[in-house]
Amino acid sequence: MNLAPLFLSLRLAAIVSLLLVAVSLPLAAWLAFGRWRGRFLLEAVFALPLVLPPTILGFYLLVAMGPRSPLGALWQSLFGHGLAFSFEGLVLASLLYSLPFAVQPLVSAFRGVDPKLLSASFVLGASPLRTFRRVVLPLSYSGLVTALVLTFAHTLGEFGVVLMVGGNLPGVTRTVSIAIYDSVQAFDYAEANRLALTLLAICFTALSVIYAVNRRVWSPWSSR
Amino acid sequence: MSSSTSCHPERHPGRRPGWRRGISPALSLSVGCLILTAAAFSAAEPPTLSIAAASDLRFAMPELAARFEQRTGSKLNVSYGSSGNFFAQIQSGAPFDLFFSADSDYPRQLASAGLADSATLYDYAVGRLVLWVPADSPVDVVHRGWNSLLDPAIRKIAIANPRHAPYGRAAAAALKSAGIYERVESKLVYGENISQTAQFVQSGNAQAALLAYSLAVSPALQSAGKYWEVPATAHPPLLQAAIVLQSSPRKALAKSFLEFLKSPEGQAILRRNGFTSPAASAPPRGKP
Repeated sequence: MNLAPLFLSLRLAAIVSLLLVAVSLPLAAWLAFGRWRGRFLLEAVFALPLVLPPTILGFYLLVAMGPRSPLGALWQSLFGHGLAFSFEGLVLASLLYSLPFAVQPLVSAFRGVDPKLLSASFVLGASPLRTFRRVVLPLSYSGLVTALVLTFAHTLGEFGVVLMVGGNLPGVTRTVSIAIYDSVQAFDYAEANRLALTLLAICFTALSVIYAVNRRVWSPWSSR
Repeated sequence: MSSSTSCHPERHPGRRPGWRRGISPALSLSVGCLILTAAAFSAAEPPTLSIAAASDLRFAMPELAARFEQRTGSKLNVSYGSSGNFFAQIQSGAPFDLFFSADSDYPRQLASAGLADSATLYDYAVGRLVLWVPADSPVDVVHRGWNSLLDPAIRKIAIANPRHAPYGRAAAAALKSAGIYERVESKLVYGENISQTAQFVQSGNAQAALLAYSLAVSPALQSAGKYWEVPATAHPPLLQAAIVLQSSPRKALAKSFLEFLKSPEGQAILRRNGFTSPAASAPPRGKP
């Protein structure tokens, strides 16, 4: 079995899930605790990749990465190569594609924190940042794990967007889902099978971890 | 306000018994959904042919289909994709009536496996390969031919995936026979089929592509770029063939579409869209 696509996907998923959680923490905090009344609009925007087909994202990304768009032109002048058909391009695409899977669990975890605890923290003189760090985050532990694991698994299974902007380059953009598709297309069902079963095992393990973690946190015997 | 008629204790006397109150809205909702589904399935339709067509037919086929529909009052549903993909789907029982393949090997294999009617096999065209660059490209592809691919302005070259797309196989073979495959290999990006390959270069993400001639002369690409025709001797011939599938319940209609293709009108549409007939492909064409 050629494991290169699998490692590429794992690397992509790891980078994307870490980046996304970092980006989503302040974003989700603002969505959960912010005061602006139009917040729901942005919440809808961040959830869009959940409902839109990947082809929409793939189509616009292909156009946006081209040299005739500002983004493509900027990237070209900065790095000397195009954004499409590159690993960086896939990271960008996956960030957009998996965004709701990081934001949504975090927002619902933050909203689940008892407001009395926040008030208590403020009354005791803690700054908003300290309150977030010492009260909200520890209580949102399961949401954080869910966000990490979901974005990881979702990026691992990403197909449509990568197919549209990747160009199927071995070691660069040939992720495991593309490699499976490619093997099926070339009638190499045995290789497709091996890759698919490996991916299945990884995704099952990832989901088991998240449910195990959530069960412990939410069980009636926990200290909440 | 009558008293309860049910033997169950009720919280709201005077309304319907509790179990019914919960069930009947749910039941009517599900029945309603079923009726709608049935209606959606049974919508009356004219006789419809399902056609699996290689992506290079994307512009010729709608024209052919429109004329045929006008003549016969039937309806054509055309799916476009890579021939290898359709070959696999048909082997797994995909319900197509007709298969237009960019590589005549696939229909021949289907015929010998008993999945298609070998008597209907029709070699409708020979595919031609062009080297295509966008109109604003600094590379003079028309005069420099293969050498233009070595130009530093060409950073990515899109070809269809040689593993399963006939035009990709021809492109790889042509690059090898030109002796530049090793030198451009690191520039290659692979489209899932020939029309995705065209998107890669048309969107500017790749600076050159090896495309089907039929796409290069299509309305979408004709004014957007310039091309050089790859000599037909550079790759094994791209013989394209159509065949009626054995599982088709509408074989007569499918055959009459093939007959229409062979008619002067059908042939003219194919020629106009850049498909050369196998018989006429022998004399090489000059540059466009």
